[in-house]
Amino acid sequence: MDRMASNLLDGAIGFDDPTNPSPLIGRLLLVEDCVETSGAFVLHHLLKRAFSSPNSSNAVIFLAFSQSFVHYDRILRKLGCNLAAQRDNGRFVFFDMLTLGCSGEKTRSGKETDEGVLVGLYCKIQRAVDALIQENKKHVTIVIDDISLLEVAANGSSNLVLDFLHYCHTLLSEVGCSIIALDHEDVYMDIKRPLSLQLEYLADVLIKVGPLATGIAKDVHGQLTVLNKPVEGLQDKLRNRVQNFQFYIKENGTEFFYSGSRA
Amino acid sequence: MAESICRALRDGALQGELAPTLTIKDNINSPFGFHAFSHVLTQLSSNILAGKSQSRGLVLLSFSRSPAYYVQLLKKRGLNVGSSAKWIQILDCYTDPLGWKQRFMEGENVSNVDQEVSNLSHLCTNVGDMDKLFSSIITLGKAGFVGEGTVRFCVAVDSVTNMLRHSSISALAGLLSSLRSNDSVSSTFWLVHEDLHEEKVIAALEYMSSIVATLEALTPPPYESRSNVDNSYLERRSTKGRFHVRIKRRNGRVRVISEDFNVELAGIKFTSISSEDAVINQVLIPKVQFNLQLSEKELNDRARVVLPFEHQGTGKPIQIYDGRRSLSESKDDNIPLMSNEKGNDDGWGKGEIVYFRDSDDEMPDSDEDPDDDLDI
Repeated sequence: MDRMASNLLDGAIGFDDPTNPSPLIGRLLLVEDCVETSGAFVLHHLLKRAFSSPNSSNAVIFLAFSQSFVHYDRILRKLGCNLAAQRDNGRFVFFDMLTLGCSGEKTRSGKETDEGVLVGLYCKIQRAVDALIQENKKHVTIVIDDISLLEVAANGSSNLVLDFLHYCHTLLSEVGCSIIALDHEDVYMDIKRPLSLQLEYLADVLIKVGPLATGIAKDVHGQLTVLNKPVEGLQDKLRNRVQNFQFYIKENGTEFFYSGSRA
Repeated sequence: MAESICRALRDGALQGELAPTLTIKDNINSPFGFHAFSHVLTQLSSNILAGKSQSRGLVLLSFSRSPAYYVQLLKKRGLNVGSSAKWIQILDCYTDPLGWKQRFMEGENVSNVDQEVSNLSHLCTNVGDMDKLFSSIITLGKAGFVGEGTVRFCVAVDSVTNMLRHSSISALAGLLSSLRSNDSVSSTFWLVHEDLHEEKVIAALEYMSSIVATLEALTPPPYESRSNVDNSYLERRSTKGRFHVRIKRRNGRVRVISEDFNVELAGIKFTSISSEDAVINQVLIPKVQFNLQLSEKELNDRARVVLPFEHQGTGKPIQIYDGRRSLSESKDDNIPLMSNEKGNDDGWGKGEIVYFRDSDDEMPDSDEDPDDDLDI
């Protein structure tokens, strides 16, 4: 296998199990980050993971609320993965919500309600998933970057966001998709944060990204906590296990290591 | 006491009484409410199948899991789901709760659910309408298993939290209480995530239920501590917790019982509070040779003691010496407080400090100069 196989993060999610090459099928993975430490690198890592496996039945639907295609393409190219080529292959479906949300929707029916925007988006996802399944792409991953901006697109209605996510969740059980979502924890600090709590209930795997507890360090960029909920079909050693480790982000990848073990 | 819960739900309602109702609530630190819910669901289902329970069938409102998931779950526990008896009916509020799919996929076959599941489940595309929900529950129950007269069925709701997203608490309370009071409902139970709602919502739900089961974590949340210290401890304990049950009897008596639970691969397991903890509790109480606490009599006696320099206010107006009165007046004031010579007579009445002189050699306190006989 490639270099990524020995990665701590992959091990914590369950990618290192040879009997089950796609452990995320039917599961929702939530990445929670904060202002001090961005969790976007986890998305990039998982994105690369989806395309780097020799298994060509993987496909990704990407809902980009925060960055443009060019941004992701540049980063993934550094990691050794060509998104533009994957898009041409039909394995990468990119919804640029920065432009789509504002102009594309309104032209169709004149004026669109907040709900209408998300219903339309869900409909597009459902169609894309159906098309990918038709093309024998068995494992479709839906990536949402990020939930807070999805809430902005829903005009601040967290109920609408949850409804949208619920509909995406139905795809998990119906066609065996998986969902990877990024959420900013500290956006909801002051209010009793019902949205992010709801998301934590919904998630099967929770990855928290935060700054180093002991303060800023030169060779450690932050730390990760991975929690696997006890769902069936999961490796025994991962069931409801909490794993903590630290990371260091480089241009062409991320290093993961246990605290104190970095040379 | 997970068994006693299941027994109460199994035995159902008496004629003319409300159906027994169970609220299962959990929070994010111990999010295993669904495990407890499915435990109750399977126990009740096997009772129904064995004909031991008052109810002959079960209507399940699935909000958080798909009907196919439940069919799988019940099959895995060895329950006969596909039989022609049709003892379970699932009102599918999961697949398309708001009718979005219906709106866009007109005519298209959206789901690839197998025949067995679709026989049991009935799609609901507007979960916000409580009246419609109620009538479809009753219709499903009556058509499914209630043949003649007195046969009853159970109602289970797998997530009141999701219901509350689509309706107000008053509308929901209306639905739940009309379910409880319906003649053909034997018992109901539902799951709610405690920390997602305001206290009044949880209180409203608890008022409507005869049994409340709470799942609590034994340890603080694992991901709040941002260090590696004690990591192994958290890993070991995180599937365990405490299960508190509050049962309200018909006569108003309330009983509270606690149990430990552990979520295992095969499901949730309940055990009586472990002996390990009992041992810890015993050890924590220190063994000492003196009493740490006073008896009631001792407390009363202590309260009666008049402290010498405390103004007691015993009937007389309190006078504070201001330095301008004559000395004799202030002497009189001192007498009841400093009763050093005759105090042992009336000591029990009001509690005083008793002072015995050690010997006659010791002179009583006076203002005399003790050195005035010195011949210098």
